[in-house]
Amino acid sequence: MTTPVYLDNNATTRCDEAVVQAMLPYFTEQFGNPSSMHAFGASVGGAVKAARASLQKLVGAEFDHEIVFTSGGTESDNMAILSALEAAPERSEIITSAVEHPAVLSLCAHLEKTRGIKVHVIPVDGRGLLDIAAYRAALSEKTAVVSIMWANNETGTIFPVAELAELAKEVGAVFHTDAVQAVGKIPIDLKSTAIDMLSLSGHKLHGPKGIGALYVKRGLRFRSLFKGGHQERGRRAGTENTPGIAGLGKAAELALLHMEDEQTRVAGLRDRLEKGLLQRIPNCFVTGNPAERLPNTANIAFEYIEGEGILLLMNREGIAASSGSACTSGSLEPSHVLRAMKIPYTAAHGAIRFSFSRDNTDADVDRVLEVMPPIIEKLRALSPFWKGADQAPATFNPVYA
Amino acid sequence: MWDYTDKVKDYFFNPKNAGVLETANAVGEVGAISCGDALKLMMRVDPETEVIEAATFQTFGCGSAIASSSALTEIIVGKTLGEALQISNQDIADFLGGLPPEKMHCSVMGYEALQAAVANFRGETWSDDHEEGGLVCKCFGVDEGMIERAVRANKLTTPEQVTNFTKAGGGCLTCFEGIEAVLARVNEELVAEGLLSFDEAYRIGSVDPRALKQKARPKAPPAPPKLDIKPLIAFETLAPVPAPAAAAATAVLEAPAPVARLTTVQKIRLIEETLEEIRPFLKQDGGDCELVDVDGNNVIVKLAGACVGCQMASVTVNGVQEKLIAKTGLPLRVIPVK
Repeated sequence: MTTPVYLDNNATTRCDEAVVQAMLPYFTEQFGNPSSMHAFGASVGGAVKAARASLQKLVGAEFDHEIVFTSGGTESDNMAILSALEAAPERSEIITSAVEHPAVLSLCAHLEKTRGIKVHVIPVDGRGLLDIAAYRAALSEKTAVVSIMWANNETGTIFPVAELAELAKEVGAVFHTDAVQAVGKIPIDLKSTAIDMLSLSGHKLHGPKGIGALYVKRGLRFRSLFKGGHQERGRRAGTENTPGIAGLGKAAELALLHMEDEQTRVAGLRDRLEKGLLQRIPNCFVTGNPAERLPNTANIAFEYIEGEGILLLMNREGIAASSGSACTSGSLEPSHVLRAMKIPYTAAHGAIRFSFSRDNTDADVDRVLEVMPPIIEKLRALSPFWKGADQAPATFNPVYA
Repeated sequence: MWDYTDKVKDYFFNPKNAGVLETANAVGEVGAISCGDALKLMMRVDPETEVIEAATFQTFGCGSAIASSSALTEIIVGKTLGEALQISNQDIADFLGGLPPEKMHCSVMGYEALQAAVANFRGETWSDDHEEGGLVCKCFGVDEGMIERAVRANKLTTPEQVTNFTKAGGGCLTCFEGIEAVLARVNEELVAEGLLSFDEAYRIGSVDPRALKQKARPKAPPAPPKLDIKPLIAFETLAPVPAPAAAAATAVLEAPAPVARLTTVQKIRLIEETLEEIRPFLKQDGGDCELVDVDGNNVIVKLAGACVGCQMASVTVNGVQEKLIAKTGLPLRVIPVK
């Protein structure tokens, strides 16, 4: 059996060994509650402070107290949007994009249904770029919060959040960004932007699962999601997840250290894979915007076949990736991101996302390049749409149930 | 990752009968809108005997769609068209050792492709009226369309009745509010159509789900859902189906007590006691069961009420038998008599 190749790092990453080591003491000898008066708590408080400082550095925050630890990206997103609404009761509208993570979209849909909040969902074009004119038109004095992701999880497309935040500021709206996929992969300097809140997650940057953070700009009116203790300066009640926080701090430190590697070597691996696949396999194309994209993500649509089959055959070869196909999600809903980009369904179903990390090597790329062509060929031989390379698809008009 | 059986995996990795059949004289092309999958079934049918001599498929779809298509071709070759039309989607799923509830529509697609191909051979046009909706009950793989049909056909007005008819909500009950929403909506429609009085219609919130008992327990892996087209027709024409009763009976047989050698009288008494325990479940579904005789290890029973003539009676009998075996520790056989 050959060594497995993991190319699903936008789903989750391997927790770095150094991160695990940084966490371990806080389960045992350093078990104290940072809120306690005694010595058991004191040293743990120091560790939380250090972790906060290392996150501050990673996202370029002006102050360390702008970092609020949470349980992860979903909590941070919910916290940000609900806080902004509560803090500005005279405003009743949200602006978001069609390609956000469900943590944002489901919440917005829920608020629309239960609280009568007006939600503007800004469309994207075929490359996944935001319709800026529609965004400008939606902004008004009624906008409580704008929530637009920094980078898309499926295609890696990067949004111009700094500029979007400036526009939001003009109408006095709060600007939140879900940067779960961006933090640790691209340089971020929040103090030079008008971004008010930013969500990040530990397990996307080789940290542990169950820990994340919300950046809250100094001076922003904030309402806590949970009611309880005074932790995180009253912004997030509940005893701190100290091992998780220590781990996230270490992961942030390492991410900064590997940032250049991510931008150069990892991006190079991604580019070589992408180019190689396009050369070797007919009828496939890159989705998203290759000009402005995360360095680690490639999303390639293989026409006339379906993603789950591709993933199952790849998995048999020990290669892990993910798909925009309907059938790989529990809900059977095809990817809302690729649908928003109006990718034809015969291609969207066969879209495969390869997401790299610093753990990947040249050998991984070689292996995938070797394995993919026969997999695609095998499935195309089974497809009623496939007629041969660069041929128009077969006439096939099924009766749909 | 989906929990596919080894047979599903095998039929996906090494599909049989894939490709174009040049000599095909019966072709069915169908798709499932719920996931975008599509299937082309090609058959060579002997015009004289109507025996399916060969069958191949081409599928645009996931692993289970490909496996279901391939399984279908394996099942139908050698059968006459009449025999092939008796095959339900459940047969395809069973052939593969079961499918995850979310993937049952893959087998429905196979069933429909077959209907379409037969229609094509006979020069008819096949149209599909089968609509599915989102999956509501994950334990038993019951979708919105199936609940809606059951409510409509039988004028159901409580969530419990929905569970009795479709099994939906018979397990973990996290779908209760989903069932409630479909029930209330369809009841409202029935009232508007004048088929149900306003007072009878179900209103959201009028049942406390905490009071509902677990009526059935999914097998591990989850019981193959009955998306089957045929039983659905039965729902519309027959009295309540006591399937949950059978399942409930099996659900109670957690710990078979080891029983020492019994005298005949003790044995009959024990069987009678056990049947008494089961009867409330049967009665809940309008059925009943009476002990006629015990002959060695043969337990003769008489089914009554809704059980008579019910298609699911054999399931009920099996359930009763399992329960009796569990309780007595004897290799009993339940034989129903008219």
